[in-house]
Amino acid sequence: MSTTTTKDARGKAPAGERVADWADGRLGIYSLAKANMRKIFPDHPSFMLGEICLYSFIIIILTGVYLTLFFHPSMNEVEYTGSYVPLQGQLMSEAFNSTMHISFDVRGGLLIRQIHHWAALVFLAGMFVHMMRVFFTGAFRKPREINWVFGFLLFVLGMFTGFTGYSLPDDLLSGTGVRFMEGAVLSVPIVGTYLSFFLFGGEFPGGDFVARFFAVHVLLLPGIMLGLVVAHLILVFYHKHTQFAGPGRTNNNVVGMPLLPVYMAKAGGFFFLVFGVIAVIAALVQINPIWAMGPYRPDQVSTGAQPDWYMGFSEGLIRAMPGWEIDFAGHTLVLGVFIPLMIFPLVLVAIAVYPFIESWVTGDKREHHILDRPRNAPTRTGVGVAWITWYVVMLIGGGNDLFATHFHLSINAVTWFVRIAFFVAPVIAFIVTKRICLGLQRRDRDKVLHGRESGIIKRLPHGEFIEIHEPLSQEQLHTLTAHEQYEPVEIGPKVDEYGVERKIPASEKLRAKLSENYYGEGHQIPKPTVDEFKEITSGHGHH
Amino acid sequence: MKKLSARRRHPLAAVVVLLLALACTGGLYAVFAPADKAQAEETSQSLAIDEGKKLYSVGCASCHGTGGQGTSDGPSLVGVGAAAVDFQVGTGRMPAQQPGAQVPKKKNIYTQAEIDQLAAYIASLGAGPAVPTEEQYSPEGANIARGGELFRTNCAQCHNFTGKGGALTHGKYAPALDDVDPKHIYQAMLTGPQNMPSFPDTTMSEENKKDIIAYLDAVNSDETVEPGGLNLGGLGPVTEGLFGWIFGLGALVAVAIWVAARTAKAKKS
Repeated sequence: MSTTTTKDARGKAPAGERVADWADGRLGIYSLAKANMRKIFPDHPSFMLGEICLYSFIIIILTGVYLTLFFHPSMNEVEYTGSYVPLQGQLMSEAFNSTMHISFDVRGGLLIRQIHHWAALVFLAGMFVHMMRVFFTGAFRKPREINWVFGFLLFVLGMFTGFTGYSLPDDLLSGTGVRFMEGAVLSVPIVGTYLSFFLFGGEFPGGDFVARFFAVHVLLLPGIMLGLVVAHLILVFYHKHTQFAGPGRTNNNVVGMPLLPVYMAKAGGFFFLVFGVIAVIAALVQINPIWAMGPYRPDQVSTGAQPDWYMGFSEGLIRAMPGWEIDFAGHTLVLGVFIPLMIFPLVLVAIAVYPFIESWVTGDKREHHILDRPRNAPTRTGVGVAWITWYVVMLIGGGNDLFATHFHLSINAVTWFVRIAFFVAPVIAFIVTKRICLGLQRRDRDKVLHGRESGIIKRLPHGEFIEIHEPLSQEQLHTLTAHEQYEPVEIGPKVDEYGVERKIPASEKLRAKLSENYYGEGHQIPKPTVDEFKEITSGHGHH
Repeated sequence: MKKLSARRRHPLAAVVVLLLALACTGGLYAVFAPADKAQAEETSQSLAIDEGKKLYSVGCASCHGTGGQGTSDGPSLVGVGAAAVDFQVGTGRMPAQQPGAQVPKKKNIYTQAEIDQLAAYIASLGAGPAVPTEEQYSPEGANIARGGELFRTNCAQCHNFTGKGGALTHGKYAPALDDVDPKHIYQAMLTGPQNMPSFPDTTMSEENKKDIIAYLDAVNSDETVEPGGLNLGGLGPVTEGLFGWIFGLGALVAVAIWVAARTAKAKKS
């Protein structure tokens, strides 16, 4: 291709073409661009949640680089001589001192710090919502399971990157958080003390942890995350984006707009909008005011010491857990801390493994590119809502003191609420959600068969009043009936081919039972069949 | 002496004697006058105590007993001192509206004169800390940074980093210290009201108390400068998280919906 354009009879090709040609000759981008520039993306507001995450991640990296130019990851003790009067003359670590310097004496330092921190909160919140969007629409199904896991890992790594970053200024609040973490590590039987000494290079807090957390925060975790983000995006390109059901949309096509120019323009604009919103918030609202908290000293502590929201559920687990302690062969086992430490990863893993459980139950090995409406998968939606409820209950536990003071409750009552709700609330949420989904399915069925309630009341000659129902358009009918309904898995025959009673494995029984709960009678509302539709709409004036 | 006795019949001798007598009387009066004044102060003090007792029987006796000895509904007030009364009544906590986990701050309905009378009566029941003078609690010239350090060491575990308040067990709480009168902060440290431990001068010197008052004045009052914008109540990551979710992500989702709604229409060909 390159030779033909340059030797055009009309003379030299335009500059842009020549640059593109030069680049193509060395990078081979032509075929890559040709394949991808016209790549189609479907349109839906919820598909932009992932973009919010991507852009806030970029904002975090950019502002983070600026902060590293001024931050000193060291725990050497210095006396504060900066411009914030209420701390002048106080002894503090160099990490705290340099963060104070960034906040008060570096041009734009406080704004950049606040953008960095607000963007981190939004990044994690965005990932949470994005993950839930993928969950509730069933976008995690084949072929996207790996990408679901990548996304999940990004969320978890984001949590720990956030935690290590939050600890770097070595202020009284974050120091309390690090102490909390050390306490959790110490609670591990047998190896706890060794682990703690290994992490902190000796007795807490020691002189090493800021430098260590710094390396983890700016290099190790973001590096892995960047790799995962790239892999995540490559897989999105490779799999193509999912779409909601609609006329003309099938499992084998993608209906939408091309990447270039439409999505490039939109995505570019959206990046600046995200940056703008975060910058406005950071300019108007304080976050992590370390000057108000003061430098960390192990002998000081403040009430209302909580981690950032994404770690709040671990705080809730600890606060709600009774302070059990048992003596085992001369060793104290601090179950009050160790059990929450064990539940902490389980909470996260519970949602991460769900896609694999669902695919095992359904036995569905086909590819899915059409999204489910949450109501059409009542059990999955119920599980998702139950998990969110569980998570929120733990968050409430993490802020139990503020709930107590601001709603004039007893903190003990809030804690007991959390203890009970931890077990009960997810179950209630599951049942209620499933019922709501089934109700919505009935409503859809009703709409398909009887049309939309028009609000027009008609009086018949014999005096009866009826409401006129308008039939739906073909598009609407298609959208409401496009979903697939599964049959519950049957347990195979009880006897084998020789008539001998077969031993049915427990896993098969469990699977059949779960499947019955997913797709059995009463667990989904059968969508209208063509015959039903024809019969009702065959024009006897029925509504 | 002779000169004096020779003039004893002088016509002005009587006048001189009279003047001397008057001077002596005046002198003696002058000598005794302070004693008389003290007597008068004691009278006004006892008057204040009497008035205070009357106010006490109306407002306080139903819980604290007719003689301040305490009942099942309220503790004994013997020895709590004038400072405790000035704090409790001055901040409107006492008289309490109802029994409960903790008596909240409310509008004070007594004049300062009445509070002083009540304080005088309670102080008369037994020795206790006196109402501090302005010189004692005024934050002028105190060391704010040291006050901050003392606050974080002694107060923050209940009152939060900058005195925004916090929860205690069973519905009790450490109140927020926004714009509390320096006198009341001093008295609270001195007397340890309700669930608060007391910090007498032997534990925390007068100077240190002043430092703490100066710190609170700097970080938690109307004049506090908030670098970086709204402080969201100064409550830390919980409110920050809520704000991030509702206004941060909320705004971004709204923007996303706006962007998604402005799409190029597919050309029908």
